[in-house]
Amino acid sequence: MYQIEKLTKTYTQGKRTVHALRDVSLRIEDGELLSVQGPTGGGKSTLLQALGGLDRPTSGSVVLDGKDLATMNDAGLTRVRAETVGFVFQNFNLIPTLTAQENVETALVPAGMTKEERARRALDALESVGLGERADHLPDELSGGQQQRVAIARALVKNPTVLLADEPTGNLDEDTRDEIIDLLEGLWKEQGLTLVMVTHDSAVAARTPRRIRIAKGRLKELTGA
Amino acid sequence: MAAASLGHMFLTYLRRELRNRRKQTAVVAIGLAVAIALVMVVSSVSAGVRDAQAAVLESVYGVGTDITVTQTAEPGEGGGFGPRRFDFDAEDGEATDEGTRELAQERLTTNPGTTSFEADALDAVAGLEHVTGVAATLELTSISFSGEMPDLDQMREEGGGIVVGPGGGEEGGQGGPSSFEIDQQTVTGIDPAAAAVGPLTTTEVADGRTFEASDAGQDVAVLDAVYAEQEEIAVGDTITVGGTELEVIGTVSSTTGDGVETAANVYLPIDVAATLADLEDQVTTLYVQVDSSSNVDAVSEAIAAELPDATVSTQADLAEGVSGSLSTASSLVSTLGTWLSVIVLLAAFGLAILFTVSGVNRRTRELGTLKALGWSQRRVVGQIAGESVAQGLIGGVAGVALGGLAVLAVNLSGITLSGSTGAQVAFGRPGGGGMRPGTEGAGEAAVGGPAAFGGGGGDGLAGTVSDVVLQAPVSLWIVAAAVGLAVLGGLAAGVVGGQRAARLRPAEAFRSLA
Repeated sequence: MYQIEKLTKTYTQGKRTVHALRDVSLRIEDGELLSVQGPTGGGKSTLLQALGGLDRPTSGSVVLDGKDLATMNDAGLTRVRAETVGFVFQNFNLIPTLTAQENVETALVPAGMTKEERARRALDALESVGLGERADHLPDELSGGQQQRVAIARALVKNPTVLLADEPTGNLDEDTRDEIIDLLEGLWKEQGLTLVMVTHDSAVAARTPRRIRIAKGRLKELTGA
Repeated sequence: MAAASLGHMFLTYLRRELRNRRKQTAVVAIGLAVAIALVMVVSSVSAGVRDAQAAVLESVYGVGTDITVTQTAEPGEGGGFGPRRFDFDAEDGEATDEGTRELAQERLTTNPGTTSFEADALDAVAGLEHVTGVAATLELTSISFSGEMPDLDQMREEGGGIVVGPGGGEEGGQGGPSSFEIDQQTVTGIDPAAAAVGPLTTTEVADGRTFEASDAGQDVAVLDAVYAEQEEIAVGDTITVGGTELEVIGTVSSTTGDGVETAANVYLPIDVAATLADLEDQVTTLYVQVDSSSNVDAVSEAIAAELPDATVSTQADLAEGVSGSLSTASSLVSTLGTWLSVIVLLAAFGLAILFTVSGVNRRTRELGTLKALGWSQRRVVGQIAGESVAQGLIGGVAGVALGGLAVLAVNLSGITLSGSTGAQVAFGRPGGGGMRPGTEGAGEAAVGGPAAFGGGGGDGLAGTVSDVVLQAPVSLWIVAAAVGLAVLGGLAAGVVGGQRAARLRPAEAFRSLA
């Protein structure tokens, strides 16, 4: 469960001070599916980064399962990212020189398991997203939808409790977009994940039980929690 | 097990990255390879030149000599600076029917610029700490004059005078023609019982035998094989040194190379040489062997303290005295070669660093993603540094191969270096009436009085010249140092690139979203 209190993030851009988040407070229950909408530069990604322990807020707290990510040291944040939180990016962010399976395995490297165990789990994860037979393919040899499936397999292979997806369908056509959303929805239901999904797409947001909007750093609930 | 599996991912990722960036890998590796090859060639040629210098020195000073002790003659003191004149009275020699007199004279003295010192010095040096061997020699130059000169008595009786032409000794005056010859040879007296150190250690018997302990006090000689051949002297023949006939018991040749002359033309038992030169209980050179190269300087200082008038030279000092193309090669390698290596090496390091940093900048999102996946900073930096070190290793291996080929080419090309050491010849120009056989006329002749030839000794010197074919050795140390340098270059690039990667925040994975 996330408990976010008075989260503020400011940074300087040249001579200008940018208020990415202003006193944002939010509670996200375990197993919730939440979409975050808003204009570009409104603070959506900054919120996601704070939830994933990728960036520290200027003030406020981000408490995940009783631990405040805002005050946690680097080693602690690295551990949270390695064990608890999975990420899916708009541009897939696959490593171009590694095969699909090896890309999935990169998420298991911090766990320090054996090569065989890592390979087996990566293959299982690829099969769960329907790409078992493409395990040896490089990202370039896969379509955009397939690449995003590999990215989802990479995010879920370590069995995280939280999945943070940043515009997961932003680079996909409509058919593929629906496939990916169906997949994410299925995995959310199946694995009991807490799923926070940033999206520009109202059609995608409409499929989530809870929707919030962030504009100019301020949060607004679009549906009841 | 887990560590091995992490190593597997590290190596897989590293291999794929290097393969994917073939051009960059090739440019960095080639840059490092060229630099490493250059360093290898310079190091090997430098070692080759050093070996050549050592060979030249050994041909003169013998194997295993760490220090030589000599004594410089003071002007006016006699010895090597003493007059080198042949003085004849009007009645000397045999008169001939052609109005000339047949004259012959030989001088046996210490080499120019040097003088002898008490043989007790050997015991003093032998007693010093770290000294493992000492040998004393008496190094002399024998100059002999023989020929016909105008008979001054006959000229006076006939009322004529001497006119010496400029064309050399062949031209005579009115009293009769003059024709003379001046021979010079180097003579070294050595202890027949001391074989461990000294000038004969770089020789091998060419014919007959070398000295034995029982040869002490015997009128025997060993000749340099090249000299013996030139003079057509064979084992069993006799030669005359200092007016004494000596039996030739053997000839020796240099182990440095074919046709290379040894340190002296004639070797005698030291006591015989001392008697002939009228230098009993005197020596001119001590050859000192030290237990370890690290003690050479200390022993050198101890000898200098023990023998304050002596000139103490270490191998390094002696190497500075080597001249000729060897000296030119040495200075070329040590200056131009070293600087060129440093510049190319720095350029290659700079190139490796530039490409690595540029690679990290290009992979910002990729590295940010790895951090977002839970990779520790150490692991990300290690991955970048590993890639750079691998590039360095590839460059190092290619550099060793390239450098090996270049050194092989140098060795196969048979570059011959010529080096000379020391002063050997005793003909002096200054000091009045210098004479060179067949090139200049007689120096000084007084009607009715004694005639004198020769000069004051001094600068008409020539060294012992040796030609040595350059052989640049490639030692394991050079190979290890070359690969080490390349890895160091990769490591430097990895450290700089890794620091850049370390500064990346995991949020960079989102950068494309702005």
